[in-house]
Amino acid sequence: MSVAKRIIPCLDVDQGRVVKGVNFLDIRDAGDPIEVAKRYDHEGADEITMLDITASHETRETTYKTVESIASQVFIPLTVGGGVRKLDDIKKLLRSGADKVSINTSAVENPDFIKEAADKFGSQCIVVAVDAKATSNSWEVVTYGGRNRTGLDALEWTQQVTEFGAGEILLTSMDRDGTKEGFDNKLVSRVSSGISIPVIASGGVGNLDHLVDGIKIGGAEAVLAASIFHYSEYSIREAKEAMRDAGINVRF
Amino acid sequence: MTRVVVIDYGMGNLHSVSKALEAVSTSEEIVISSDHKIIKSADKIVLPGVGGIKDCMEAFSLDLKERVIEELENKPTLAICVGMQMLLKFSEENGGVEGLNILNGSITKINSSHDVKVPHMGWNKVKRLGDHFLLRDIPDESSFYFVHSYCCLKSEDAITETTHGNKFISALAKDNIFAVQFHPEKSQNSGLQLYKNFLDWSI
Repeated sequence: MSVAKRIIPCLDVDQGRVVKGVNFLDIRDAGDPIEVAKRYDHEGADEITMLDITASHETRETTYKTVESIASQVFIPLTVGGGVRKLDDIKKLLRSGADKVSINTSAVENPDFIKEAADKFGSQCIVVAVDAKATSNSWEVVTYGGRNRTGLDALEWTQQVTEFGAGEILLTSMDRDGTKEGFDNKLVSRVSSGISIPVIASGGVGNLDHLVDGIKIGGAEAVLAASIFHYSEYSIREAKEAMRDAGINVRF
Repeated sequence: MTRVVVIDYGMGNLHSVSKALEAVSTSEEIVISSDHKIIKSADKIVLPGVGGIKDCMEAFSLDLKERVIEELENKPTLAICVGMQMLLKFSEENGGVEGLNILNGSITKINSSHDVKVPHMGWNKVKRLGDHFLLRDIPDESSFYFVHSYCCLKSEDAITETTHGNKFISALAKDNIFAVQFHPEKSQNSGLQLYKNFLDWSI
């Protein structure tokens, strides 16, 4: 036996409220990130990722408060991303109770930021989020939700950020995100086999087989999904059972 | 009232640790501090630690280090992650760093391969090699959350082991000290039970 494969539900939070509609019948306030995080914790989520989609300076304090409330009630790892640009942003998130911080655009715009962050806080808490779009023969890193092309090759970029000290890669296929067609497992597999650090597959999950495929075909260490869990199409428990039945080592 | 001091030397996941202790505490006072007087007044000590071991040892300033070593002689102590690693003799991380040599063993890099990713990040099973009060009411082979790139492969003080590629020592115990490579504060019910056991532990 080795380390278990992880299932990570992702909450998109805008000004302290969960967006993309969460549809749990049995929680009081489905827009409250703390309630939703507690629910996922009880269902057996291995970690929780919270993406602050506003991340403007005015709402930063709300974010820290939300992180603090989640961290004081939910005793599983919490990753927070969105608008992380300075070392001080990371420090404040970690102090508020985040265990890992996810860096996306600012890593592309200033790769040294990854080095500085990993040196100061340790690789274990630095997740680099990579959004990738297929090209004719590889994948290109994109930013700003896919609107901005960077010219960086996703395979080379993930190797570079690994050297710079990233502890983990959150890899999202922008071709699959929101489609419910499953992960781009070719992308996941190529990235994962090229680096020594764990890869979290993201983007495109529509059913439980997709989660299984991300691990078995893509070779991901962890799978991240939002909508299939939010809308109660499947519970985390059901997802874990499906993975276990497919022969994957998961934690119950 | 029992006072538990979480040592603050600028490098720990202090708040996660103290929140978890608070969640299971009945009457204990949980304090985060680097103040000598407060550390001296502690009934129990928690030594956390994340990041690189060199930074941790350096952040652990000389006078604070001496004071803490003194307290570790007889107070019930829980050391976590890099806090655990610092109690061993030596770590090969950061070009080689001397530890406090309170527990037996040394720290080496985890070998990565296609199937064995480093950092070892996630939930893994903790298998007992011996019995200890801090493992009370935690079933053998329960899962705990790990995140580390270096580990202790062999120790006379080993109390549990875990497999990630190779087997390594996931917890050590000696006299008044219990030290874990994993993060109980991130390990849900099993981790909270371990903290509860630590609060209930008397030696």
